[in-house]
Amino acid sequence: MRTDPVVLTVAFGYLALLFVIAAWGDRRAEKGRSVIGSPTVYALSIAVYCTAWTFYGSVGRAAESGPSFLLIYLGPTLAMLMAPFMIRKMVRIASTQRITSIADFISARYGKSSSLGALVALIALIGITPYIALQLKAITLSHAVLVNYPEAAEFQLADESFWVDKSFWVALVLAVFIILFGTRHLDASERHEGMVAAIAFESLVKLVAFLTVGVFVVFVMFNGPMDLFSQVADSPRLVGALGLDAVPGGATGWVGTLVLAFLAFLTLPRQFQVLVVENVDERHLRRASWLFPLYLVAINLFVIPIAMAGMLLPVGNSDPDSFVLTLPLSAGLEGIPLLVFIGGLSAATGMVIVETIALSTMVSNQLVMPLLLRSKRLQLSSQGELAGWLLGIRRVAIVLILLLGYLYHALIGDSYSLVTIGLVSFAAAAQFAPALLIGMYWRGATRLGASLGLIAGFLIWVYTLLLPGFAQSGWLNPGFVEQGLWGLGWLRPYALFGLEGWDIYSHSLLWSMLANVGILVGVSLFTRQSPLEQTQAALFTNAMNPGLQHTSLWRGQTTRGELQSLLSRYLGANATARILADQKSSRDNSDPAPPAMIARAEQALSGALGSASARVLINSVVRGEALDLESILSILDTTSQTLEYNRRLEQKSNELAKIGEELRAANERLRELDRLKDEFVAMVSHELRTPLTSIRAFAEILRDGKDLPEDKRTHFLEVVVLESQRLSRLIEEILDLARLESGRLTLTPQQLDLVSLTRHSVDAVHRLQEDRGVTLQVDIEVDEAPVIGDPDRLEQVIINLLDNAGKFADDDDPQVRLLLTRHEQHYRLSVEDNGPGIAEEERERVFEKFHQIKRLSSSAGKAKGRPRGSGLGLPISRGIVVHLGGRLWVEDAPQLQGACLVMELPQAPE
Amino acid sequence: MNESRREARTHARLIALICLAVLFFSPPLVLIFDRPAAQGLSWLPLYLFVIWLIVIGLAAWLMEHRQEDS
Repeated sequence: MRTDPVVLTVAFGYLALLFVIAAWGDRRAEKGRSVIGSPTVYALSIAVYCTAWTFYGSVGRAAESGPSFLLIYLGPTLAMLMAPFMIRKMVRIASTQRITSIADFISARYGKSSSLGALVALIALIGITPYIALQLKAITLSHAVLVNYPEAAEFQLADESFWVDKSFWVALVLAVFIILFGTRHLDASERHEGMVAAIAFESLVKLVAFLTVGVFVVFVMFNGPMDLFSQVADSPRLVGALGLDAVPGGATGWVGTLVLAFLAFLTLPRQFQVLVVENVDERHLRRASWLFPLYLVAINLFVIPIAMAGMLLPVGNSDPDSFVLTLPLSAGLEGIPLLVFIGGLSAATGMVIVETIALSTMVSNQLVMPLLLRSKRLQLSSQGELAGWLLGIRRVAIVLILLLGYLYHALIGDSYSLVTIGLVSFAAAAQFAPALLIGMYWRGATRLGASLGLIAGFLIWVYTLLLPGFAQSGWLNPGFVEQGLWGLGWLRPYALFGLEGWDIYSHSLLWSMLANVGILVGVSLFTRQSPLEQTQAALFTNAMNPGLQHTSLWRGQTTRGELQSLLSRYLGANATARILADQKSSRDNSDPAPPAMIARAEQALSGALGSASARVLINSVVRGEALDLESILSILDTTSQTLEYNRRLEQKSNELAKIGEELRAANERLRELDRLKDEFVAMVSHELRTPLTSIRAFAEILRDGKDLPEDKRTHFLEVVVLESQRLSRLIEEILDLARLESGRLTLTPQQLDLVSLTRHSVDAVHRLQEDRGVTLQVDIEVDEAPVIGDPDRLEQVIINLLDNAGKFADDDDPQVRLLLTRHEQHYRLSVEDNGPGIAEEERERVFEKFHQIKRLSSSAGKAKGRPRGSGLGLPISRGIVVHLGGRLWVEDAPQLQGACLVMELPQAPE
Repeated sequence: MNESRREARTHARLIALICLAVLFFSPPLVLIFDRPAAQGLSWLPLYLFVIWLIVIGLAAWLMEHRQEDS
């Protein structure tokens, strides 16, 4: 299975599959049903960050320098956490300005400067080409290992000649692929949906391949992680391999690599492409900000086990970079190594595809187009469509970039390990960070500052990383690395100014960033910005201001016809028609074009040519200028002021509404209280007047009726006495109620037995009930019921309940039943009668003061005489019970079908 | 609470999380965990993976559940 034809068939078959996916993605996009409109696909496409370097190199780095490989992924994790602040702003800027690449972004920020764009493109080309070479090298190397195992791969490579070299052909195939899917259309479409879909698929493939080999190594070659690590611990050679001591540069190197990875993640051209340019929806960032780090964790999970296993087992004379392949090969497998190869191929091609598209866009938009536009001859001959030209330039750029990568790989690549090349490229890309990040937040950064800072940082990178690398490959005399340039010790590239003991990347990063940021800030403080630069700076730094989104910034003049012909010259007739579709084209072509249309045209051109070139072209047909800084600032100020006003107004009105509501509620409560007070007074006086009236009436009878019979007189006197008693009881109750409500009711709580208290109370009312003919049934189900209470008051409550029940029991056969039971931690005393009961909605109201239930006689529906009782008994009873920590309520009588009043008191503590 | 204030709150939490992550991934704390266990291997990789997962989990919670907090 490991023969060349099989491996090549699988490899090219896999590339063909990518073609199919990309074609399908593009087809779907054209139909408007985008496959990449999902945050998960977006997160997977960001995983193009994990290249062949991750796939093979992480294990190599783990074997050589312990956990430091993780820093390459912790940096991006931190960067993704900041996505809602930083990357979101980049995406917003890129979409409003139609940014096509990181070079375009930086160029646009500093006044659409074509020279700055060209500088960034050049640095990217020089810095990133080795990285592409690295991918090609990984493909070739892994192929050689796969086919030649157990012979060493390096030997075989040396024998091969130019056209037998697989990476040459891989580079060519990739070039065809990239040309097909990276440069298909030009109309303002800086996006490549099919390509992104293919990249997301590739990310899945490499993850699955790596996890498969990891599971195989840990669980098949060893008996799980415990077995593996106990063997590692037993091997004295490996004991220190996982600690910080193994990290180059120790703690400094640790921080340096973390910062480097953080910056490079944002500034590598391919990362900028997938993160910012290919982003279809800002909201996808939210999901990606944790899903992508999770992907990184997953793909790194087995790196350390594989590295340790590779060092434990004698897997031939292979280098650690190919442990992922040699481990399953050493176990005699065929399938898993092939899967690993495909995974590595996936990782490598994904990176090469996106990186090449990003670089070719930069080369054509920032380097070639500005030159062509400047050349007079081309201007004259540009009556035909330039769209074809543009595509041609980009295609040639793609082929050239890949060939450059191949050349680098063929000539110099062998002397470097995978990780070394990767980190050198990281350090080059990191040079873009100051111009990018500072430019996004500080309006004062100027074009000159950014350019000089970039140049200084780049030169230091060349001197401290690139040239020593060349020296190691034998291209340069290695003497200057050891002794310093011209023998000056403080100019040693790895120990600049005598800074020794650092790892070479942190060392280079420190000096280059110091120079880059220092010069950017320093020069910016002492230079002035051109008007366009000021405008762009304001637009970038205020990108999150919602007022700017739909503001048209042109006020020059041109005709519709001129604009239309400009667009169709560069983008083709079809694309032009599409772009201007929403502008009413029925009007005369000699009419002046509205500002929105000019802005639209510039955006479309920017998407295809980059902002600097688009600017030049629009300027060639539009007479007048874009809005100056003053206007932009005033737009910004007014919008932000309006927003602030709105916010404050909203806050105020919310507060007012809340206060209004509270006032209304308070007012209603007051009215209610007033009404209750009136009612209370009326009722009290009514209640008092009734007995008083009868006393007075009988007293008058007694006074006037001198000749009343003795027995009548006695009867009347008895009535007077009874009514007086009733009166004083009423007054007593009113006083009780007042005390209860004011909280001055004095109870003397003590432990008592509710059973004996109940019996006592029953005895007290027994006679009275018997007189009325009430049948009283007493069920006491507990032997004793210790509760805390005031015996007099409780007795008053029980008597009141019994009394009430007696009054409301059935007239013909009055029955009352008292039941005392235990209920969980409480004692329940319920008194029920066989009267008409209390309706559901009345049950709470019986506890209101003076609420008297109208007794309905069972036969007729009319109220039967005066309601009995004062209506104060139940409220007072409830007050007392509540005071003692219990409850009093009404429910349906379980046995007698009338009303049932239940009193519940907590059990006294032991 | 209105949208912008809720967003500001999420952002404040996120900033706190970023500060924590930087702290936990940086030398003083990394050095503390760079100690050999009983058998002689460093705890460092395990520590890094655990912190890493915790940070991602918290970030996921912040990003996905911001509508629900008040």
